[in-house]
Amino acid sequence: MTPRAIFPNKFLPYLLLAPQLAITAIFFYWPASQALYQSMLREDPFGLSTQFVGLANFRHVLNDPNYLHSFQVTIVFSVATALLAMVPALFLAVMADKVVRGRGIYRTLLIWPYAIAPAIAGMLWLFLFNPSIGSIAVMLRSLGVYWDPLLNGPQAVILVVAAAAWKQISYNFLFFVAGLQAIPKSLVEAAAIDGAGETKRFWTIIFPLLAPTTFFLLVINTVYAFFDTFGIIHAVTGGGPGKATETLVYKVYNDGFVNLLLGESAAQSVILMVIVVALTAVQFRYVERRVHYG
Amino acid sequence: MIDNRPSRRIIAHATLLVGVFIVAFPIYYTFVASTHSLQTILRPPLPLIPGDRFLENYATALFGGIGQIGGVSVGRLLWNSTVVAVLIAVGKILISIISAYAVVFFRFPLRMTFFWLIFITLMLPVEVRILPTYKVMVDFGLIDTYAGLTLPLMASATATLLFRQFFMTIPGELLEAARVDGAGPWRFFWDILLPLSKTNIAALFVIQFIYGWTQYLWPLLVTNRNDMGTIVIALRKMISFADADTQWHLVMVTCILAILPPILVVVFMQRWFVRGLVETEK
Repeated sequence: MTPRAIFPNKFLPYLLLAPQLAITAIFFYWPASQALYQSMLREDPFGLSTQFVGLANFRHVLNDPNYLHSFQVTIVFSVATALLAMVPALFLAVMADKVVRGRGIYRTLLIWPYAIAPAIAGMLWLFLFNPSIGSIAVMLRSLGVYWDPLLNGPQAVILVVAAAAWKQISYNFLFFVAGLQAIPKSLVEAAAIDGAGETKRFWTIIFPLLAPTTFFLLVINTVYAFFDTFGIIHAVTGGGPGKATETLVYKVYNDGFVNLLLGESAAQSVILMVIVVALTAVQFRYVERRVHYG
Repeated sequence: MIDNRPSRRIIAHATLLVGVFIVAFPIYYTFVASTHSLQTILRPPLPLIPGDRFLENYATALFGGIGQIGGVSVGRLLWNSTVVAVLIAVGKILISIISAYAVVFFRFPLRMTFFWLIFITLMLPVEVRILPTYKVMVDFGLIDTYAGLTLPLMASATATLLFRQFFMTIPGELLEAARVDGAGPWRFFWDILLPLSKTNIAALFVIQFIYGWTQYLWPLLVTNRNDMGTIVIALRKMISFADADTQWHLVMVTCILAILPPILVVVFMQRWFVRGLVETEK
């Protein structure tokens, strides 16, 4: 970058940065360092004595079958949510790209769920599917399906995934539409002249050219499924039935605030931090690539 | 143009309509439920068209006071949510625009260190540091306050990055011209930079308003008193499937009232929101 014109003030920039740095230090760095520190302590439930235990908390957490179980739940949950949120969104975006008239109206009608809190999305779905007053649940039962997401683990997972994906479809739709608009029409037309049918054009031209958008959304949706779905799970299943929907984030919350296992909760926080760093690194590698080729 | 046969277009329209149906149905059905009596809701399946209790239910929920959420009125909860969402959006924009301004238009020792310190917070979402952050809130006496609900969510690396990127596209000549004309840093900021950033600010406002309104984990932790809760949290407290006393028709009304403001913001500010969203996240 060429050296750009600047103001000569020496003191003012610090003043301008102060509010953000203060908030960052107090609410981000200090707590994060405390989490690191606490993850190496063992505290009795009354907070009377603490003991430095090194990596024992991590060993304990990583050998805990419950933790490994919630790891599994999180992975199944993230993959399912990302797929279910992205495939229909891509399909709808491709269709919207074909429509000439009314595209704006469809967009307006499809972006609503973006504005809905995950927890409320969960409640809307639970209202339709809960065994006692849910209209769809009643219909399912009259069709002979035994349906009770509040008692049946896999069904609870299905319900939570459906609500999480439903909320995320609008977001993905907007990005796929933007991605599709960036594909040069001449390429698609050239392929059509050469005799490539619609399906062939999609898989050989449109889909590969959308890859950056798809990959970006994959990362975003995974992060969403990891973190933002806490509200859905807390509001709909409370991690249950059993531990069927206890994701990593839900477990951090539950162990820390409900079970008061401070050291273990902190160790779980640190593991989550490592996961976020990895996901962010992946995302930035991709951003860099896009700058090169885009 | 290719494949412009009507049959293809009809298929596209039909698919989109199915999509709209899936997206809108849960919301529509909740609205339908909010216009029926409690007895109708308790005898599923619910009719597909709205009932005749619209005015009655909404009046009860808005002015009758709802006992289930600790005697706090829906109006108070909506107010709390609005205050929280607006404070987060405005606060975030304010602190990030001035910090981006400092990073781009000044040269000072440790400039890039500060920038990276802000940047790295991207990797520290609230979920990975909940307990210690909660402890900070207790130590500062911020439990059950608007400051506690909003301050920790205000620092945002994304907004700072967006403004930084945008400021870097502003030609240096503009700043030089302003300086020749005798404008200081504040004058330049107010008279030139802010008007140029209007679109970015509008877009960020929508995104951050939604972000603030839909927060869950944080308000759940830092509020104990019902009258400081946001409407999303209060709604969660109203619902109990095991409890026969749940006033479902009023729950549904509250649900609709809780999702209406952010939906209106998104729909009416769609143009800025869509542009901003696609640009911010790049």
